Amino acid sequence: MAVDLSTTLGTLELKSPVLVASGTFGAGREGAAFVDLSKLGGIIVKSMTLVPWKGKPTPRMCETPSGMLNAIGIQNKGVDHFLSDDLPWLVKKKATVVASIAGNTVDEFVKVADKLRTGGRGIAAVEVNISCPNLEDRNNMFAHSTEATAAVVGGVKAALKRIPIFPKLSPNVTSLTDIAGAAIEAGADGLALINTVFGMAIDTETRRPKLAGTTGGLSGPAIRPVAVRAVHDVHRAFPHVPLIGQGGISTGTDALELILAGASAVAVGTANFVDPRISLQVTSEIAAYMERHGVESISELVGGVKLEG
Amino acid sequence: MIVAHGEVLTHKKYGEAYHSLTIVAPEIGASIQPGQFVNIRCGKDRSHILRRPFSVYRVHKRGGWASTIEIVFDVRGPGSEYLSQLRSHAIIDLIGPLGRGFQMPKRRAHCLLIGGGIGATPIFFLADELRNEGHRVDVILGARTVGLLLNPIEVRRVASVSVTTTDDGSAGEQGLVTDVLPETMERCGTEVIYACGPHPMLAAVSRVAVEHKVPVQVAVEELMACGYGVCMTCVMPLRRKKKRDETPEDAIVYARSCTEGPVFNGAHVIWNGAAEPVGDEESELSLEHAPPGN
Repeated sequence: MAVDLSTTLGTLELKSPVLVASGTFGAGREGAAFVDLSKLGGIIVKSMTLVPWKGKPTPRMCETPSGMLNAIGIQNKGVDHFLSDDLPWLVKKKATVVASIAGNTVDEFVKVADKLRTGGRGIAAVEVNISCPNLEDRNNMFAHSTEATAAVVGGVKAALKRIPIFPKLSPNVTSLTDIAGAAIEAGADGLALINTVFGMAIDTETRRPKLAGTTGGLSGPAIRPVAVRAVHDVHRAFPHVPLIGQGGISTGTDALELILAGASAVAVGTANFVDPRISLQVTSEIAAYMERHGVESISELVGGVKLEG
Repeated sequence: MIVAHGEVLTHKKYGEAYHSLTIVAPEIGASIQPGQFVNIRCGKDRSHILRRPFSVYRVHKRGGWASTIEIVFDVRGPGSEYLSQLRSHAIIDLIGPLGRGFQMPKRRAHCLLIGGGIGATPIFFLADELRNEGHRVDVILGARTVGLLLNPIEVRRVASVSVTTTDDGSAGEQGLVTDVLPETMERCGTEVIYACGPHPMLAAVSRVAVEHKVPVQVAVEELMACGYGVCMTCVMPLRRKKKRDETPEDAIVYARSCTEGPVFNGAHVIWNGAAEPVGDEESELSLEHAPPGN
């Protein structure tokens, strides 16, 4: 039986449901030594900002049980570098490009979005990374407030017009569906769930935080149940809004959990650090599952968790 | 740079503290350069997911086993604990060669290699390659105490002049490698320094090298998640050459140890939270790195 791995998220059509998550695959150049980028569902590139950001001091990372904490500070070369160097290269490699944008103010987000629309040929979609500190609101994360989420999403949507946008939401909120609703209302074409979970680790010998940034984002297999729950809740609340599920995926089974919870596509993140080829492995494991269960199309599985009986 | 499966040929120990694994890895062994590293998956246990980076102690390109690489490590946590239990025929999942290694002198030179503790690992591979190319090799080997000196007998074999220091005086001179550095440089006519060890040592060595206007290449050992350039966790602050229209602040960048390093120009690194690198922009070296390209 031939299985159909293509998936549709609104106007975004992907030939595979498995993407690589932002911040875990750069802009594809390093990973291209290991995988054919055109075989991926898409590359969600490292978040870019209006001007280059240097990032935070080190240490930026520590391993934790079944995961890792990071506080990198979105070190990136800025949107202009992406448009002049990375994007043309990715297009040449026939990669499906999902740009990811970040900023400290609504205006910064909108300016980056503007540059992508006017300067970018070959951008399939845009992830809006609203898990950044909002300088206009005491450094609270945009994604932790319905108002700030709506302001960024509305501004970015107006700037990008037809290019579909997927705000990436933070799980560190009281009511994720409220934030999701605000993003959808403001024009989100779909949502990416989830960003990292807040965490902290302390070196008891030195009594100092293990990260220079004190707190950081937890990723890896440890957070997968959090992601599955988040996707499940948001899918139940907004069944027609396409979701990109991410958080701790390293096998086909992991990916299928998120798909069954309601994701139309998934992104592999931290597992890329362990094995740069892992996303293609995940893809073939999904295909094998579909064959084994007589499933012809991914869409048959999306949100297919059986809650009764 | 490939993902490969290697087979453990031998597991032995150097002194009490250090384990050595010789791994049959033909493709990696054939192309790896001194200072480059491999990133090893330490078991299938999903509670410790990240690979651990190891620099290479020695490479044997010939012999019945095709190419082998030898790594040396001490047990620091669950990853190295796992590796310390491996015996012959165990299969290891590794990625390599990674990073940019030491740059060889462009003309015949007197090279001083400095290794601190387990950080001395790559200087053995480097010494072999330098000698093969006809360079003179001298070594300063340092550690906290005699049991943590990495293979001092082998050092005496590869070095024209070898000097040993320990913090507690249990072997060689009592003190730090930098205590004996100026006189060793003078005695050996040192033209280039290669160093690997803890940051305070590398900072101090870089400072002495800059004072003597001698090029200094340092190999750092940083925490890293990926090892191939995407995670941005293993960065070192350094000041690169200022471009036109840039402020001095703009020229301070966080460079990835895994792809732009692990070997850096010690004069350009901003050590341990200092405001400035030890050298100025003019610490331009005849041994400056080639531009990145992979």
